Amino acid sequence: MTHAAATVDQMRPPYPAERGLDVYNTKLGMWVFLASEVMFFAALIGTYVILRFGAPGEWARPGIVLNIKITAFNTFLLICSSVSMVKAYAAIQDGDPKKMRFWLLLTILGGASFVGIQVYEYIHLIEHGFVPSGVREGSELAELVAKGTLPAATMGLYGSTFFHVTCGVISMTYLYLTKALPGKYSKADYGGIETVGLYWHFVDLVWIILFTIVYLI
Amino acid sequence: METAHKRPNYILIWVYLAVLTAAELALAFELPISRNLKLLLLLFLAIWKAALVGLFFMHLKFERWNLRIMAVIPLPLAVIFILAGMSEHIW
Repeated sequence: MTHAAATVDQMRPPYPAERGLDVYNTKLGMWVFLASEVMFFAALIGTYVILRFGAPGEWARPGIVLNIKITAFNTFLLICSSVSMVKAYAAIQDGDPKKMRFWLLLTILGGASFVGIQVYEYIHLIEHGFVPSGVREGSELAELVAKGTLPAATMGLYGSTFFHVTCGVISMTYLYLTKALPGKYSKADYGGIETVGLYWHFVDLVWIILFTIVYLI
Repeated sequence: METAHKRPNYILIWVYLAVLTAAELALAFELPISRNLKLLLLLFLAIWKAALVGLFFMHLKFERWNLRIMAVIPLPLAVIFILAGMSEHIW
């Protein structure tokens, strides 16, 4: 046992510790995770752009089936929920847990409404024959698909955002019920709010880019 | 955990984001300009909005420089990845 420990020490000679990023571990972990998420969405968006602009015919514009006004409202809703999230963060920084709970609850409601509207859009798309595995035979979109539209690419982008927003809503609800409501956050300890906030703002940021690429261009 | 920087006006950032979103919609559906110019302007507005969220809501503007570098490094890599994929398609 002693011999093994000595061998390990020889393999890893002591090295002086350096000052790091000066942020707590959860926050650093979230930033590393978000950096990997950038590459994840880069792959998705890159694939979508290549398929869309390389399609042999005209790509079916989302506005043909979906109501762009509703999606624009959904985008605005997500932006509003980002503001309420940062207000929750500011409130707990000021040592006001009551205000923090109010803003966090508003953020959860905003996120849940966004998810609800997305579910409505999926149902609408499926009703029109636009399903992830392809387009239903004889549906009004079948002709557009023959021109080059690939439902899987579009649904992949929608689905990823939907999954991320849903994860965010679940995480915030968990924090609200287990930490915020019992009063575990204070002016000295609000790391959970900041970390989940970073994730939520990132999801908002990704949707801002996706809304432009999928719906407006 | 206390922050030393002056807190930004979050409501003002929200107003900027709302105005930029309205500008995007007007540009996409109302303004009669060429498709390429429209594409460039829409991308510019989207990046502007994303930058506002990153800098002020995620507080990157006020973080230490080494954390900022860590957050920004994947972005050029993502652009290289997308451009490489597009050039593969063109070839």
